[in-house]
Amino acid sequence: MNLDLSEYKKDFPIFQRKVRGGNSLVYLDSAATSQKPTAVIEAESNFYRTINAAVHRGAHLLAEEASDAFEMSRSNVASFIGADSSEVVFTKSATESLNIIAYSLGNPDSRINIKSGDQIVVTEMEHHANLIPWQQLAKRTGASLSWLSFTEDGRIDLSNIKDVINSKTKIVAVTHQSNVFGTILPIDEISKAARAVGALVVLDACQSAPHFPINVKELDVDFLAFSGHKTLGPTGIGVLWGKHQLLEKLEPVVFGGSMVDSVTMTGATWASAPRKFEAGVPNMAQAVGLSAAIDYLRSIGLNNIAEYEHELTKYLLEGLASMSGIKVIGPLDLKDRGGVISFTVDGVHPHDVGQVLDQYGIAVRTGHHCAWPLMRKLKIAGTTRASFHLYNNREDIKQLIDGIEKVKSYFKVAK
Amino acid sequence: MELDSLYQEVILDHYRSPHHKGLSDDKDIQVHHNNPSCGDEITLNLKVQEGKVSDISWDGVGCSISMASASVMSDLLIGKTFREANVIFEAFMELMQSKGRSDGDESLLEDGVAFAGVSKFPARIKCALLSWMAFKDAAIQVME
Ligand SMILES: Cc1ncc(COP(=O)(O)O)c(C=O)c1O
Repeated sequence: MNLDLSEYKKDFPIFQRKVRGGNSLVYLDSAATSQKPTAVIEAESNFYRTINAAVHRGAHLLAEEASDAFEMSRSNVASFIGADSSEVVFTKSATESLNIIAYSLGNPDSRINIKSGDQIVVTEMEHHANLIPWQQLAKRTGASLSWLSFTEDGRIDLSNIKDVINSKTKIVAVTHQSNVFGTILPIDEISKAARAVGALVVLDACQSAPHFPINVKELDVDFLAFSGHKTLGPTGIGVLWGKHQLLEKLEPVVFGGSMVDSVTMTGATWASAPRKFEAGVPNMAQAVGLSAAIDYLRSIGLNNIAEYEHELTKYLLEGLASMSGIKVIGPLDLKDRGGVISFTVDGVHPHDVGQVLDQYGIAVRTGHHCAWPLMRKLKIAGTTRASFHLYNNREDIKQLIDGIEKVKSYFKVAK
Repeated sequence: MELDSLYQEVILDHYRSPHHKGLSDDKDIQVHHNNPSCGDEITLNLKVQEGKVSDISWDGVGCSISMASASVMSDLLIGKTFREANVIFEAFMELMQSKGRSDGDESLLEDGVAFAGVSKFPARIKCALLSWMAFKDAAIQVME
């Protein structure tokens, strides 16, 4: 292996623990949530230890320091994705981020909104979090929902893109990297088609932002969402990015303290973005933790992480290809492919695969991965999914391959 | 190994050659249940005659535990009165809630006692209960 990041594994305290009868933890479920380095855990707890106060409110020193730390985190997130601070909204999760946009776009008071007869486009490989909010928006407004399909090897099918993204299309909401197939989508082509008809592009960057460098300007999208907890950061913090002029046109979704410009007994006006989308005391320690995660990722280099995960992906795909009775659900080649590998084991249900692997300390995800329509289309009940982050190594993959052999012999399926 | 207490040979046998699988046309009611966290699904047909469970047939996709459980349950309940079926149902529920502390009443549960080990795996209890919940639902509907 050209690039070796294994020295960083020691930064993650969870790998010191033993699981299931003294096994080391082989954690292959980072697409669900990533583990946290000490730097993140410390940053979050230090916030509580030293500067905890409600941001943007008190006149005292702690409030000032907490507000500074919170706003510094915002600028750090902004620079992480090539954006301006005024365009970064802190939410509790990517799910919340996507719901905020979809909900606000359904409000007739928003100066950009979806109406009856408009069309919303998604893909058939979306996570439920980037599907159901749009189904609901369509239902509330009388808009229609259509989608780009995928090919047999889990790539997006752009053959009919001009029909799907048409003059009625107002929103195109797509994932950057599939959390089932690992496919990285050609966002440039999709944006181009959207631009041609004047539609807005919403990008679900949950599986991309934690793993390779992204830049909202180069991507040419309008809104973007990702989760802190998949980015080595804490739970309870997510990011919604939107172009400033678009955020300004959208009505807030949650109302309360901190998001107002002025309030009377009968009405209120809103602060400007991002504040109008952050009602209430936000998840401050978590924002600070996310900022520490970003610093950590940058100190290693996202390009290095991407390259390293690419090699692990190659190694696992080769390993799986050499086994009988294993089918990879997703691209077999490495082009535009991230470190998420779904597969099935002939004759063994994913849940049973996961159960046996767990016995050896190997943590994988099994089931439909919140992409049920994708599974229905493939007519499979689910898959077993291994996904990486920088703390994984070749040894983990060897353990997984050995583990799958044990699954096969346990369930007495063909060698 | 701990796994062996979950995957008893009886369970794997029922999984490989399930009983009463394949929906029969002769039914009084059909129900469809799923487990949204893992995607397992079952369709169950129930036929009733003179206060008895005269037939159960089912089809579904799911893990070894959920499919074997449907097979064992059908064997157990077909031919029983609803009163008897309910006693068996309650006994199976109790076994599933036992956290590994019960072996189950074999005179009542027969092959069903093989599921005793499942009660130690919280994530799998729902698998074992999928078909039983479908049966309960069907029984309630058919009584109405
Ligand atoms: C592609 C994708 N989108 C959205 C989400 C939702 O993220 P969260 O649960 O952090 O809100 C996930 C995570 O499961 C995901 O993988």
